[in-house]
Amino acid sequence: MAALTQAAVGAEAPVSRPRRRGGLVPLVLLAPALLWLVVFFVVPTISLASQSLQTGDIDNGFTLTWNFAVYAEAMARYWPQFLRSMVYAASATLGTLVLGYPLAWFIAHRSGRWKNVLLVLVVAPFFTNFLIRTLAWQIILTDNGPVTGFFRATGLTAVLQAMGLTDNDSLLGSQFAVICGLVYNFLPFMVLPLYTILERLDVRLLDAAGDLYANGWQTFWRVIWPLSLPGVVSGTLLTFIPAAGDYINSRLLGNTQTVMIGQVIDAQFLRVLDYPIAAALSFILMAAIIVLVAGYVRAAGTEELV
Amino acid sequence: MAWLRRNLVVIVGLLVMAYILMPNLVVTMFSFNKPNGRYNYEWTQFSLDAWLNPCASAGLCESLGLSLWVAVVAALVSTVMGTMAAFALGRYRFRGRAATNLLVFFPMATPEVVMGSSLLTLFIAMGIPSGQVTILIAHILFTVSFVVTTVKARVASLDPALEQAAADLYATPSQAFWKVTFPLVAPGIAAGALLAFALSFDDYIVTNFNAGATTVTFPMFVWGAAQRGTPVQINVVGTVMFFGALAIVGFGQLIGARLRIGSRRKEAL
Repeated sequence: MAALTQAAVGAEAPVSRPRRRGGLVPLVLLAPALLWLVVFFVVPTISLASQSLQTGDIDNGFTLTWNFAVYAEAMARYWPQFLRSMVYAASATLGTLVLGYPLAWFIAHRSGRWKNVLLVLVVAPFFTNFLIRTLAWQIILTDNGPVTGFFRATGLTAVLQAMGLTDNDSLLGSQFAVICGLVYNFLPFMVLPLYTILERLDVRLLDAAGDLYANGWQTFWRVIWPLSLPGVVSGTLLTFIPAAGDYINSRLLGNTQTVMIGQVIDAQFLRVLDYPIAAALSFILMAAIIVLVAGYVRAAGTEELV
Repeated sequence: MAWLRRNLVVIVGLLVMAYILMPNLVVTMFSFNKPNGRYNYEWTQFSLDAWLNPCASAGLCESLGLSLWVAVVAALVSTVMGTMAAFALGRYRFRGRAATNLLVFFPMATPEVVMGSSLLTLFIAMGIPSGQVTILIAHILFTVSFVVTTVKARVASLDPALEQAAADLYATPSQAFWKVTFPLVAPGIAAGALLAFALSFDDYIVTNFNAGATTVTFPMFVWGAAQRGTPVQINVVGTVMFFGALAIVGFGQLIGARLRIGSRRKEAL
């Protein structure tokens, strides 16, 4: 993850131009990894597409009939789950940005000699299996727990209910819990790229902005934010892509009304055994993410990112 | 009020930090719980039972062993393949380099559920039964890109003058590589290997698609357990992993500090 962050932000790796023509050497070096990626990534993608266009059933086998109608059928049946996944992933991405930005700034510029300790603590939860940590959220948000008690006492439950994020005065088993879980799970993916970019930001720029009569908000919005955009872009990508496909949080923290598309794909592939529909949904998810990401990267003007 | 405004970012930062760490504290706390019934959701009573009998939960230790084995093998294979590819991409110009970079990037940008399901369709189409082999294939696939990216960054930041200097001092190309280049790249390779191990050890979604019914890794065990009741032993494993990682990092920092002090002393002499 740190590697992806580093690669995406382009930090600490001065782009030195490869300087040799090695004849066959690079090909020999590349061969194993390349072979692996082609056989087990490119070929399966084609096999996924082919599976989606086959008809038949699990007992009699499937045959390729170029049944493009399956895509329309998949969308007609599962567009709510699909849309929900996109909305949840976008909300979670926004949540990680809002929470991660102050934390990244705090670690980069206000933590003094605690900087390394805090960085380690941001990453350390990853060493505990994420299912275990998500199960811990079930304990935290349980009905008789202190968190739910606090939310009820301060009237926050009523606010969440009015916003439609919870169905009753419980927190567990709601959209609120699912989005909180997603934010929690992907927060480090946002904090690390933001930290990398904010840490390199010259703090004298803030004094300069102050000298030019910018107030705090103007300094942030017109100086800090534009300079931190590369970190924001890679952080949002690193959060949105896995969040859109995730179904652990919606399964463990949500209810039947929070089912995300990953859950449907999993069930269709592994329990219902309707491979064509499952493959079509999987393919649509991938295509949707590629289109969204390409559009987003273009809009953000950082094409060299990939 | 002015104080609050000045320190707002610190307060918010600490609150977010608490949000990040809270589940781990809960995991640790509930590893000392003695729940009534099968679900470990409510605090009842302090107990060391789970810590004293970590394997008492049937299947837990077997799954842990399988996960460790898979993670070690996957990390080894993807580190060797990934490092070789990183040297090729970081040091040589050749046709198709940009396309190769893109191919390496794509698996990292694919949602796990898509990668897992597309691999499953391949295994179904080829009639390969799910099991340890398919798990290993999948794990090597989604870890190798991370190794390539980590090591490539290190290779790209190398100063080419160093190898030239080695050649000037009559080092053969292989001596220059093993005595100069490789030690400089080694920290990147170690980081890539650790990352690969951690990713493999933690994976549930891709594994679930390609494991079949009888091969149970640790994350799959946890998932299965969560449907039937949660054994306290899960929390013990989670606690050991969390504090173990902190200890390793702390120890590494300590050794790093010692080495720096040592080399400074030598310089002083």
